[in-house]
Amino acid sequence: MAQVPFAPDVFTWPAEKPQLIGARCASCAAVTFPAQDSCPRCGKLEMEQLLLPREGTLWTWTTQDFLPKEPYASGETPQTFKPFGMGLVQLGDDVRVEGRLTVSDPKQIRFGMKLELVIYPFRTDGDGTQVMSYAFAPAEEGN
Amino acid sequence: MEDVAIIGVGIHPFGRFGDKSAIQMGAEAIRSALADAGLEWKQVQFAFGGSCEVDNPDAVVGLLGLTGIPFMDVYNGCATAATALDLTADAIRFGKYDIGVAVGMDKHAFGAFTADPVHYSAPPWYGDIGHFLTTKFFGMKINRYMHDHGISHQTLARVAAKNYRNGVLNPNAFRRKAISEEEILSSAMLNYPLTKYMFCSPDEGAAAVVLCRADIARRYTSNPIYLRTSVLRTRTYGAHEVHSSWAAVEPAEAPTVYASRAAYEAAGIGPGDVDVIQVQDTDSGAEIIHMAENGFCADGEQEKLLAEGATEIGGRLPVNTDGGLIANGEPVGASGLRQIHELVLQLRGQAGERQVPGNPRVGYAQLYGAPGTAGVSIVTT
Repeated sequence: MAQVPFAPDVFTWPAEKPQLIGARCASCAAVTFPAQDSCPRCGKLEMEQLLLPREGTLWTWTTQDFLPKEPYASGETPQTFKPFGMGLVQLGDDVRVEGRLTVSDPKQIRFGMKLELVIYPFRTDGDGTQVMSYAFAPAEEGN
Repeated sequence: MEDVAIIGVGIHPFGRFGDKSAIQMGAEAIRSALADAGLEWKQVQFAFGGSCEVDNPDAVVGLLGLTGIPFMDVYNGCATAATALDLTADAIRFGKYDIGVAVGMDKHAFGAFTADPVHYSAPPWYGDIGHFLTTKFFGMKINRYMHDHGISHQTLARVAAKNYRNGVLNPNAFRRKAISEEEILSSAMLNYPLTKYMFCSPDEGAAAVVLCRADIARRYTSNPIYLRTSVLRTRTYGAHEVHSSWAAVEPAEAPTVYASRAAYEAAGIGPGDVDVIQVQDTDSGAEIIHMAENGFCADGEQEKLLAEGATEIGGRLPVNTDGGLIANGEPVGASGLRQIHELVLQLRGQAGERQVPGNPRVGYAQLYGAPGTAGVSIVTT
């Protein structure tokens, strides 16, 4: 079955251990996700691609319990919508990244929990193509 | 620089009004503000109009009189009305004009705001995968704040219940029914820990103020209210704000903190001097956080203050006495001028059933919105 990323240049794909693609300023070391051409801290145009760590910790979170309006493109309807968790996940020392969590029950989510990047089928198109997105899943403790 | 006085305030009720256009509501708000000031439209020398949905708020001139005055349109997210107010005041402060109007109006579709995320400097795919939601940002912000500072779910409910109660006393409010804390807590979860009744809704409405040079204010009114300062700020590096796909680990204060400090300094007023407070309560969590960001309490102190009723109309820190955004909804272009309308009524002693006792003399208004913009205004008798 064909699998395509939902957008180019967001994560390395295909890859055995996919990583989010960010950028780091060669001048002041600010890190962004996704990559951008200019630095949000010093304004210089010296951003270089940086692959972000695959594992991180949960800094804050919420749940998304209602179907987002357009441009949400999951193909879900109010009847089929499945609530999801949302996190701000610290990857390394410089950046926190927003991402969906694979868990949505507040009882399964805690501040500081260890998470790892996963690539999952976000939508399946009419021809069977799976559109892949990124999320964070609870990491095995002890990893 | 000239000092600036508010000599008239007007409002079109907030809520849902069928086919009535935002322009019609804006014109009515201006007529009401002019009547309050005892002025005619032809005496107004210039205006700023704010709106999210209306491209040309200046079209109100077609309903008020085509006098040919300069009329500038602004949009600045949830801080749109503060921006219209600030620019109108600046034009008077710098001596360009003597009398002007700031007006805000909007008419939003039902449900959460949406747009093209690239207009917020977010990635083009940000909405496709379900990240482009202001409500989720507010859920994440208050969730961390509760974790760090010991704020309970009950306190979130107390904020919303208070604002609905205040809305009952406000004939111009959208929601005019008291809702119990139990009902608020048990309503549908939208973005943990925030439930349906803890959020404001986009709606419709308009508000206007008439400003003039302070030294001529008494020609028009016996009780001018002085706009001591109006300040706008955007986010700085390190702040996690609405519609950000990432945030720096390096911490920074929220834009409200910078706007607030600058406003206190410019006005020569401290948080302890403020008698009536208006803050952006997009949700109950935002009101709690904004109390601290604006200097009215320490982080975490809200738990006790809410339990004691300190933020009630009769409390020592009355917050959102007209019901705030939670009871009024948010027509984005008008919301900040609704705050000023309420503060002016309170400082004049004209707030009726919701009047803050003890002759309040200092009012404070704060707005916050995407993509990390804050506005603060301070008014005094």
